[in-house]
Amino acid sequence: MRLSPDQMVFWQSGFVKLNGTIVFTWALMAVMVIGSILVTRRLSNEMSRSRWQNLLEIIVTGIQDQIKEVGLKHPETYIGFIGTLFLFVAVSALSSIIPGFEPPTSSLSTTAALALSVFVAVPIYGIAERGFGSYFHSYVEPTFVMLPFNIISDLSRTLALAIRLFGNMMSGTMILAILLTITPFIFPVAMSALGLLTGMVQAYIFSILAAVYIASATRTRKAAPAKPVAAA
Amino acid sequence: MDSATYIAIASIITSGLTMAIGSIGPALGEGRAVATALTSIAQQPDASATITRTLFVGLAMVESVAIYCFVVSMILIFANPFWNAAVAATAAAATAAGN
Repeated sequence: MRLSPDQMVFWQSGFVKLNGTIVFTWALMAVMVIGSILVTRRLSNEMSRSRWQNLLEIIVTGIQDQIKEVGLKHPETYIGFIGTLFLFVAVSALSSIIPGFEPPTSSLSTTAALALSVFVAVPIYGIAERGFGSYFHSYVEPTFVMLPFNIISDLSRTLALAIRLFGNMMSGTMILAILLTITPFIFPVAMSALGLLTGMVQAYIFSILAAVYIASATRTRKAAPAKPVAAA
Repeated sequence: MDSATYIAIASIITSGLTMAIGSIGPALGEGRAVATALTSIAQQPDASATITRTLFVGLAMVESVAIYCFVVSMILIFANPFWNAAVAATAAAATAAGN
């Protein structure tokens, strides 16, 4: 039984392998990029817009609101990264409806790559916002003894991001495959619906956690001026 | 019984026990989290969006532990290095005996 689309090899020459993960990722990229280009060819400001533009606006403003609620003041800087994470994982989960398609996030290589990109992006945003000294000072923040623990927590939450997404996606596809051999038709459909729900929740979780890590890295300690409670 | 049989027995029993015992803790924790979230939504319905979002993030953190157990269980069944090594050793012994 196949554990991940890494083991479906479409083409191979030497050590260069075109396996299922790569091909499905390319298919997702093509669908999302070409779809966005087609929708945003004629953007309109007036009352009447195409429904696809409305859909994209709903998605973009929804992600912007979530980023603002997490505590990042200027969502335009971060929405490129966080929005792409959310959209990639969400579209990958939704496309598991298509027969023969396996979500590329059900392979540990894809989720490890996404987690590594978050691991690299957090210091980049932190240094861009706070500068080198302030960012590295945050690692010794409560006391100097906490330095190894802060570093370990950075590494372990990256690992947790990768394994959480991989485990959820892989378990969805594997349960479906096992159930199809036992009870056809009704029960696999219910489990497939549950897999879609968990896929969307995991997409939201992945992007919100990335936003929370970036927010904690870019938070500067400024003493908030105390406001008078009642203007007498 | 040869070592391959021992490896198979240990892997099967361990993978079943991992999943069985490993899902007790997260399930209890998630139940308590949802119960507390429902209580606070009932007390403050205005904050239900924040409470729901925090609840989902917390549930994902707790669920991760169960996912780790599932991954270990799957590795023991499908990608077991000890089983692969034992199979390769018996295959090499069989070809050596046949030649």
